[in-house]
Amino acid sequence: MTRRQALVIGSRLVQVVPVVILATVVIFGLLQLVPGDPAAVIAGEYATAERIAGIRHMLGLDRPLWEQYAVWLGHAVQGDLSTSLITGQPVLDEVLRRLPNTLLITVLALVLAVLVGVPLGILAATRVDGPVDRVVTTIASLGVAVPNFWLGMILVGFFALGLGWFPTTGAASLTQDPLRALSHAALPALALATGGIAEITRQLRSALIEVLSSQYVRTLHAKGLSQARILWQHGLKNVSLTLLTVIGLVFNRALGATVAIEAVFAIPGTGSLVVASATNKDFPVVQGVVFVLVLIVIGLNLMIDLLYALLDPRVNRR
Amino acid sequence: MSAPHRPSAARRFLSWLRSDLRAAVSLAYLLLLFSLSLLANVVAPHSPIAQSMDMLAPPDAAHWLGTDDLGRDVLSRLIHGAPMTLYASILAVGVGSLIGLPVGIMAGYLGGWVDGLTGRVIDALLSFPSIVLAIAVTGALGIGLTNSMIAVGIVFSPGLARLIRVQTIVVKNDLYVDAARTFGMSPLRIVWRHILPNAIQPFIVQVTLLLAAALLAEASLSFLGLGVQPPQPSWGQMLARSYGYMEISPEQMYAPGLAILFTALAFNALGESLRAVLDPTRRRSD
Repeated sequence: MTRRQALVIGSRLVQVVPVVILATVVIFGLLQLVPGDPAAVIAGEYATAERIAGIRHMLGLDRPLWEQYAVWLGHAVQGDLSTSLITGQPVLDEVLRRLPNTLLITVLALVLAVLVGVPLGILAATRVDGPVDRVVTTIASLGVAVPNFWLGMILVGFFALGLGWFPTTGAASLTQDPLRALSHAALPALALATGGIAEITRQLRSALIEVLSSQYVRTLHAKGLSQARILWQHGLKNVSLTLLTVIGLVFNRALGATVAIEAVFAIPGTGSLVVASATNKDFPVVQGVVFVLVLIVIGLNLMIDLLYALLDPRVNRR
Repeated sequence: MSAPHRPSAARRFLSWLRSDLRAAVSLAYLLLLFSLSLLANVVAPHSPIAQSMDMLAPPDAAHWLGTDDLGRDVLSRLIHGAPMTLYASILAVGVGSLIGLPVGIMAGYLGGWVDGLTGRVIDALLSFPSIVLAIAVTGALGIGLTNSMIAVGIVFSPGLARLIRVQTIVVKNDLYVDAARTFGMSPLRIVWRHILPNAIQPFIVQVTLLLAAALLAEASLSFLGLGVQPPQPSWGQMLARSYGYMEISPEQMYAPGLAILFTALAFNALGESLRAVLDPTRRRSD
């Protein structure tokens, strides 16, 4: 590692701190959006004054705002994300128990998106405006516009209920029963991957078209290099950075879109947890899920930034 | 300022539609949907909430798309779902613009620590998976279509602010804006006369694309029971209901799903076409 790379990596690590802090402010601030007295809203219509006072004290709502934040953050840093207002269980335990189910389908969807999106993008970019390109760009437009939970429903109807190839609903632990876990995750991951496939195809296509039409590629053609060699040695090297950026975006979107997918496939993941707790006004759980998910996204973005610093020739050469 | 042979706006609009069939079809479809929304009460053959004993009936002369599990006419529910959907999309994008536009202009124009802080807040907000954040905000504001779409709008605002910020910075450093400043034009006037008109074109493109995203978000949130509340019809909620009896009547889920897909496609196609037309690098070359 060069000195320059070390500097870049160091500055990325420093830059992530304010983003994490601001994210915690946003998550803490969610409770401030509740109209009126949050304690009364949480306690429900028929709650006694004692119950409301109890909730207010438990959430620390009787203290000044900055103090509430400091206490909340202090606990969060130590891994204490408070307890559920409904089950009384620690929030972090529940989130971590469900997280593997969600991560399995989102990571699988991401892998599928890369495996399908990259070849499609290359195929389209090397045949710009031809029939293959038109078909691929049409598929990509459909992939962006299709509601993925609806696609999930159709997949269930066809492959699970109709052909019986996959289980309709539920999930299994990847460590205890990997085969069953994968067969449960296949359809949800496929439904989830469509948006990512479309996004990767489009971005890779336009990035590759730009590289292939640039001056220096024309020079390489003039020097007599074959199309395939130019594509592999110069085109893909240049667009690999684009791909890295898109992967971060696609993963973030998949973590969001998985919420509706988990509802379709009755998967006990973090998405179904956040919906249930938002509906039941179990705010500590809502905050806990959002907190863990945002940390995962920030962590992945940081990793991508660091890879960038290692791969980008503009950082390396100086 | 304009060139002597520049065609009128109406002429340019027509030639744009003539050159791009996809955009013309999309625009026609959206206008049709919009008129259907306004005339839903007149056009729909039945009431969207009237129940009958004729449950899960296949399509026939009286019910072109059949009936749902409560014997309600599916076509009428689909038509009455259109104004809900359009209202939801426009509300979300409106809220997003109302926050994103001023914040983006302020950050870009003022620069310095204001820009630095805004940039960090935008980075932080964009790290949240958008639907999850929208669900959390909806939970706090209270469940319902209006609140959930305000939540989606809040989630859209950092992306819009970032786009406007970049546009503002580009225009701000142009020579003529410098000149206007030197001549003592007030910042508000500079923003109104110079920055806004120049930043508005990429903004219009983005807003059109966001309408599709808002539509899909509304469908997801209503599907999850956080948006439109029964008995009001919405396409996402119709899908949620049809999923309950999918094994008996799987064809019920096609109509609402296709309605969502076509409308999202139309907004996206229009946005892409507008981008090609409004892209300043192409405009300057002709």
